[in-house]
Amino acid sequence: MFNTLRTLFLTALHAFHRRATVQYPEQQPYLPPRYRGRIILSRDPDGEERCVACNLCAVACPVDCISLQKTETDGRWRPEYFRINFSRCIFCGFCEEACPTYAIQLTPDFEMGEYARPNLVYEKEDLLISGTGKYPDYSFYNVTGIPIPGKERGASERERPPIDLHSLLP
Amino acid sequence: MTSSALLTIILTPLLLLALATLLTWVERRLLGLWQDRYGPNRVGPGGLFQAVADGIKILFKQDWIPPFADRGVFILAPAIGMMTVLLSFAVIPFTMGTGIAGDLNVGLLFILAMMGLGVYAVVLAGWSSNSKFALLGGMRAAAQMISYEVFMGLSLLGVVMMAGSFSLHDIVAAQAGLWFIIPQCLGFGVFLLAGIAETHRLPFDLPEGENELGAGFHTEYSGMKFGMFFIAEYAGIVLVSCLVTTLYLGGWRGPLLPPAVWFLLKTGGMVAFFILLRAGLPRPRYDQLMALGWKVLLPLSLLNVMATGTILMLRASL
Repeated sequence: MFNTLRTLFLTALHAFHRRATVQYPEQQPYLPPRYRGRIILSRDPDGEERCVACNLCAVACPVDCISLQKTETDGRWRPEYFRINFSRCIFCGFCEEACPTYAIQLTPDFEMGEYARPNLVYEKEDLLISGTGKYPDYSFYNVTGIPIPGKERGASERERPPIDLHSLLP
Repeated sequence: MTSSALLTIILTPLLLLALATLLTWVERRLLGLWQDRYGPNRVGPGGLFQAVADGIKILFKQDWIPPFADRGVFILAPAIGMMTVLLSFAVIPFTMGTGIAGDLNVGLLFILAMMGLGVYAVVLAGWSSNSKFALLGGMRAAAQMISYEVFMGLSLLGVVMMAGSFSLHDIVAAQAGLWFIIPQCLGFGVFLLAGIAETHRLPFDLPEGENELGAGFHTEYSGMKFGMFFIAEYAGIVLVSCLVTTLYLGGWRGPLLPPAVWFLLKTGGMVAFFILLRAGLPRPRYDQLMALGWKVLLPLSLLNVMATGTILMLRASL
């Protein structure tokens, strides 16, 4: 009996507590920088696409929502198309972890509502942003040993010139 | 005279229905307040039109009668529930002069009779649905109503003895000096609990028992028939609150403010208390409910009748 009345009293006291509800459209919730929301494709500092179409993200994706096709121009690998089906994506972030070039990144944005399902399939043009995302100075072709036009073998950062196998000098 | 009577007949149900609909919104907002959230606050000022929106929506829902149901009774049941509650309001004295049907000299008996009839709504709904959950709900309702009806009547005997009349008007008049809640505090407690059980409101809503019976007696109902059960339940809350106000809280009596305002305030307070019960208390087990009824509340109400009678007799002989 006493317990019941006490319960009622404590419940009534809740009228003076702060409400836990976040009134969403007017009151935006805080999203930390590493929040896993909408996926983007970033560019390197020179403005080139970072994605090298290695397919690791598509392999890592547990729901198979990424699909892409490789092309090659001047020794650089690029995706011919890059497609993410956001009606499947579960925002796990495995693609971001798998990406060797920091190209694919998750952003703190989740407001992707659409009226028609096909609109949730984002093409490369929808995914590409103009900036570098979370890694402003990183450029894959500056650190990799792969030669591209304008950068010879051995000219990358922290890369020694290739050894001349025909020379006999020690 | 006749035209005003007709107007009363037409306006009263409309007003009560509107009130019951509004109460669904009030309840959701109050529950929100007590559970540290907002409740519906988007449609109209403070979410007020949520009740209207829900009403429109439920009116356009398919009114499905299952092929295995007993068609006639299935349709009749919600109508009985609605009718008995609405009829009960006829004898409530809202202010000194006004009640909907004036002053009936057996007003209290009339209300008890209507509440007794109201059980049929639930029982018949459960039975005619021809489904196990609905039947179990109806069965529970029958057992609960029968046991709680007994000492609901008994608990009111104290009030009737003190007022010397079954007329609600006279009962309010007898509370001129002291509200009956003080000399009849036992009866008040018992009547309050019986009233909650009678309207099958939340701590005692075993006939509905969502977690074990689906939705209890109205499992098979949909559309506006379900809405009628719902509205009858909310009108029932208002009715029991009005009754508690009239019988124990001095009715429309109170200083300064006009009588109608006092009546509204007291009834509103009681309704809020009913909602607080829903916010705060879990549902007891079925045998606990029965044990509370027969082993605690029945002896208490008998004790109350005995004590009231003894004191009245002593006072008369002095």
